[in-house]
Amino acid sequence: MMTKNGKTIPVLTVVLAIIAIWYASVVMMNAPFVYDQAERAKVEPPAFSELISKTMAQERPVLPAPHQVAEEIYKTTVLKKITSKRSLIYHSWITLSATMLGFIIGTALGIALAVGIVHNKAMDKSVMPWVITSQTIPILAIAPMIIVVLNAAGISGLLPKALISTYLSFFPVVVGMVKGLRAPDSAQLDLMHTYNASTSQTFWKLRWPSSMPYLFTSLKIAVAISLVGAIVGEMPTGAVAGLGARLLAGSYYGQTIQIWSALFMAAALAAVLVMLVGWAHNYVLKRMGEKPEGAIA
Amino acid sequence: MSNSVVSTQNLSLTFETNDGPVHALKDINLTVDKGDFVSFIGPSGCGKTTFLRVIADLERPTGGTISVNGMTPEEARQARAYGYVFQAASLLPWRTIDKNIAVPLEIMGLSKADQEKRISDVLSLVDLSNFGKKYPWQLSGGMQQRASIARALAFDADLLLMDEPFGALDEIVRDHLNEQLLKLWDTTNKTICFVTHSIPEAVYLSTKIVVMSPRPGQVYDVIKSTLPRERPLDIRESQEFLDIAARVRDGLKAGHSYDD
Repeated sequence: MMTKNGKTIPVLTVVLAIIAIWYASVVMMNAPFVYDQAERAKVEPPAFSELISKTMAQERPVLPAPHQVAEEIYKTTVLKKITSKRSLIYHSWITLSATMLGFIIGTALGIALAVGIVHNKAMDKSVMPWVITSQTIPILAIAPMIIVVLNAAGISGLLPKALISTYLSFFPVVVGMVKGLRAPDSAQLDLMHTYNASTSQTFWKLRWPSSMPYLFTSLKIAVAISLVGAIVGEMPTGAVAGLGARLLAGSYYGQTIQIWSALFMAAALAAVLVMLVGWAHNYVLKRMGEKPEGAIA
Repeated sequence: MSNSVVSTQNLSLTFETNDGPVHALKDINLTVDKGDFVSFIGPSGCGKTTFLRVIADLERPTGGTISVNGMTPEEARQARAYGYVFQAASLLPWRTIDKNIAVPLEIMGLSKADQEKRISDVLSLVDLSNFGKKYPWQLSGGMQQRASIARALAFDADLLLMDEPFGALDEIVRDHLNEQLLKLWDTTNKTICFVTHSIPEAVYLSTKIVVMSPRPGQVYDVIKSTLPRERPLDIRESQEFLDIAARVRDGLKAGHSYDD
């Protein structure tokens, strides 16, 4: 029987379907290489069953098979020491630290701008267009410049990458928080006025709590694009370390398995980060006495 | 100084809109005495809510004078001279009923002990003593509105401004709350200004009924109720009650052309 929370079966079905399509694509995309090899070696092309096993055991396949990616991830996480330059956990940590720092700065900046925009007419008119314009500039164009300029100023390492994450992640926070801080209706604001409440009292007792659902929704987006920012920021640094570096190095040397395993690691990281924000969201709303789903007054 | 709580001379308020000026209030001359229960009744657009908002310093008049407790509305607001109740209960969903009532008290900077005492006092006034720890969503609409009345009573202002507080409730709940409100008015000796659409509600509750007419918003008639202070619900079947209701209805008809 399907219950409200019975998501396992539908999700598993989709996962299985994706894996099946993936394997079929592996055979199709890697087969030309197998035929090519046979032709060069002047032997008969392999039979179908042999063809299948050969498409899934190549060193640099066009499309690696799922089990090859899984094996690579296992080898570079469990079997490697964390301090090793070949450990995926080491690279993930490099990326994660830049992501988190950028996310924290971006959130603080976003909230500060939103507070200014909501409370100051001049800021409302002048800042918002620039906030929107900032996001029309491709991050791929601006990332190398941030790295280079900061490098020239003697700042390198974590901070420049984090600032690229900040550049991306402050945007959803500003937009969400402006809406959230303006969420109280006119009757609630009028009531505060009749109490002769100061601006800061109105902010802390009314606007800030009202904005919480908006804040967490924005944070989910912000944390995911923070990760994108950190990965993009790792590419122009000469591919030293981090998931972005693994992706770039993999593509330089045709190491498709390495690319795919870094990709999966990044996706898993994003999923975990979004989930953590989701948990924080639920926790805060519960503490705020939110009506439980399905409850009857 | 007289014992008038609200008094106006030639009070006017004109909104400038893109379609030209709208005269929300024109030449209102009115006095609300201490201990009065005054109802404002009239069709939509007659300015009854606007008048209440002018008393509360939520709108600024464009002409004439108004005094609230002998002060300007702004000074009265800063002195927290009145409590305001809206049609929607407007309780903060993340605070319990106790904590909702505490909002104005926190803003006034009262001590915790003082806050708690006042909260329990006003909750018993509106018969919600056992509901202080509940969240608003756990209460019915009528109970939520009672909680919002308790909140308006909490800082012990002498004047209570109520803008269609029971307008969104069904008639059974409404009757009950009307009865409770009268009791509350009797025991606390507050002055109440009450906006309503309902003729029976206005007649049942008021010592004075102000009939207003729209375009421009003006006072058409002021009816002093002859009903006794003690009013059981079945007073609404008495001839006296029906006579007053008829006069209110006539006033509404005469003040407002239904042809347009």
